[in-house]
Amino acid sequence: MLELRNVSYRYAGATRASLREVSLQLHDGEVMGLVGASEAGKTTTCLVASGLAPRAVGGRMLGALLVDGVDVTNEPMHVLAGSIGIAFQSPATQLSGVAATVYEEVAFGAMNLGMPRTEVIARTESALDALRIASLAEREPSRLSGGQMQLVALAGLLAMGPRHLLLDEPTAQLDPVGTRLVADAIQRLAAAGTSILVAEQKTDLLRDLASRVVAIHAGRVALEGPAVEVLADPRLVELGVAAPAAARLERLARERGLDPAPLLEAARS
Amino acid sequence: MVRLAVEELVHVYPSNSVRALDGVSLAFGEGERVALIGQNGSGKTTLVRHLNGLLRPTAGRVLIDGGDVAHRSVARLARVVGLVFQDPDRQIFAGSVRAEVEFGPRNLGVSRRDLDAQVSEALAAVGLQSEAKTNPYDLGASRRKLLTLASVLAMCTPILVLDEPTTGQDARGVERVRDVVRNAAAAGRTVITVSHDMPFVAENFERVVVMREGRVILDGPPAEVFAQAAWSELASTHVHPPLPAVIGDRLGLGTTPTDDDLLRAFRRRGEHSAA
Repeated sequence: MLELRNVSYRYAGATRASLREVSLQLHDGEVMGLVGASEAGKTTTCLVASGLAPRAVGGRMLGALLVDGVDVTNEPMHVLAGSIGIAFQSPATQLSGVAATVYEEVAFGAMNLGMPRTEVIARTESALDALRIASLAEREPSRLSGGQMQLVALAGLLAMGPRHLLLDEPTAQLDPVGTRLVADAIQRLAAAGTSILVAEQKTDLLRDLASRVVAIHAGRVALEGPAVEVLADPRLVELGVAAPAAARLERLARERGLDPAPLLEAARS
Repeated sequence: MVRLAVEELVHVYPSNSVRALDGVSLAFGEGERVALIGQNGSGKTTLVRHLNGLLRPTAGRVLIDGGDVAHRSVARLARVVGLVFQDPDRQIFAGSVRAEVEFGPRNLGVSRRDLDAQVSEALAAVGLQSEAKTNPYDLGASRRKLLTLASVLAMCTPILVLDEPTTGQDARGVERVRDVVRNAAAAGRTVITVSHDMPFVAENFERVVVMREGRVILDGPPAEVFAQAAWSELASTHVHPPLPAVIGDRLGLGTTPTDDDLLRAFRRRGEHSAA
């Protein structure tokens, strides 16, 4: 389990805290959705949970980060890097840029953790298989589609063996085909026991992926609960989050005095 | 009146010989709102990059107000066609939000007084008026994207091209983009978007052009393009019709591409059967 306990965080030079008393528990094998308006604190939550903030980003953190109940708040980044991985929205900018092939790209992180060569090879091949991109192994990373690049970035993380993944809008730059590839990969990784926090604007996608959803507003947890409940909560709109298409339709129907049941039934069939 | 047209446009990328556009002919009117949709690689972005001269045709022509733009420079075309890229960080370079937005119109030689007005109006349109002195990189990704939209709006080009304007935007950001599209079209500007966001397309564009493998396969209003008869064509380029269109079809309410269309058709039938 990955846990933020009562975490407040302020970026260096900022006048206000970006996170205030945030507590989250991400359980093994769970996909948790993180929603919120722009600049509500989704990216900051991912950065703090990954350990990058404050270690690499700077700033000041109060509260604690725990992995399996062990306080790692003061552990250095290289200790966390083996168990926590983070991915960002732009597929191109998070590739190393130094690898000539997808295979080398996926192996890059594991090699930098100083593992023996045989171990790196085994992990690389297993990560390529897990994301079903073994057929891309000899391709040049910069010539892949956005969706394929994002899968390569995820495979690189996976080869480092993290049990917890933080994905900051992993599909924001992708088309529907790429989005589906990443969503399928998330489901498979979670089924294999990885815990995954996904920050997303696409609430329709979270409805399919996440078991729980946390909504964040002005740096605080505003709503938390089962995905079906939070994503249907009328307060989401006030938080600046676009509701899933079906939830939006239901709200509009009620506002106009219409019975939404037949519409929702047709949406499901 | 036709403002912009492409005729039998063909583009072959020299680096990999891919025929990204394979004979596209389209005409766009003054004040028209047109969405280009289709899977990645279908030619949408290649097409819009011809509109301001970033790419030149392998064959065929681009016409603005009836004149071939083949010999007009990108700088001259920038007065007519404003293009907002999908990735804001390929476009931002100034040290403050205001300086970023001023750059375009200043280079078009806009007078000081007009410049201030155009810049202020563009910033207000995307809700960044209070951030004029902020460094663009202190804004989050979604507001950086709205900033690039303001930068192009401020140039007051008669043609506005938006590549994936809603990606990464929250609900409020999508509303701002919607308002920009509607206000620009109401002022007579032609608005062309490339988008995968079907609710946004269905609700805000009067014409939808569907592309596949460098060709136009469908072209019409949302009620036609998202009609059940077109679904197999849409699927062939990985487009899913918006949810209200699917529900409307299942309930036999006709083609209802938006929530509003669906709820109105639903109410009409309800009252009809009650009577």
